[in-house]
Amino acid sequence: MSFQVSKVNDVTLIEVEGQLIVGNRQELKQGVLDKLEGGDLKFVIDFANTGYIDSSGLGVLVSLSKKIREQGGELRLSSLNEDLRTLFELTKLDTLFRIADDKDQALEGF
Amino acid sequence: MDEDLVLEIPTDVHSIAGAVDYVMSRCVAGQMHARKLNLNFRVGLTEALSNAMMYGNGHDPSKNVVVEVVMSQGCLQATVRDQGTGFDPSSIPDPTLPENVSRSCGRGLFLMRELLDEVCYNERGNEVTLVLRLESGGGFEGSAQA
Repeated sequence: MSFQVSKVNDVTLIEVEGQLIVGNRQELKQGVLDKLEGGDLKFVIDFANTGYIDSSGLGVLVSLSKKIREQGGELRLSSLNEDLRTLFELTKLDTLFRIADDKDQALEGF
Repeated sequence: MDEDLVLEIPTDVHSIAGAVDYVMSRCVAGQMHARKLNLNFRVGLTEALSNAMMYGNGHDPSKNVVVEVVMSQGCLQATVRDQGTGFDPSSIPDPTLPENVSRSCGRGLFLMRELLDEVCYNERGNEVTLVLRLESGGGFEGSAQA
């Protein structure tokens, strides 16, 4: 897994490439936390190039969302494929996150 | 899969994806079962291995996890055994309840139960057997029995 960080206006866009799983979840977590500590508050994590997120990866997203909200910010997700949508729906995490069809939709009006 | 498969994997969470990919590469099924394999079975096996390494073996690299996979008569079965003291699966709360949904852990066993047709633990709680039936058609089918 790798990820690219860019800034679109005042939104931090993180585009993930590859699986977000137990073996690499801490890298993404630390990358987002570094930006949060740097003062960024609006985050979009885009999964257009991610085939799979395991329960540890889901847990990291929940943890990050909580930390970002505590600072007065928001984490949005985008571009979940059909399998990922199924996992979010089964675990009811679709009720916890704002999930956009693609990154442009996620950035719109943020 | 043309024969039973047995793997012994040292405890290292970084090895899980490769081990699951290898097992998946040995599984042969028609196109109609592709999603059941790639979603239901992949997720179930990944979560079972994660639980075995993190909670069963406590990340101890001197301990191994044994995976046995058997495909027969339209049924794919995987048994994952760790060297831990075991646990009581009934002690894991439902992560979809409103009071639990924002917790950062506790979804692995839930996903296994949702995505596999059967999820059974041995009495000690250090071995889980996952069963996925393929004969009943393709597409996603949830609702496991535990």
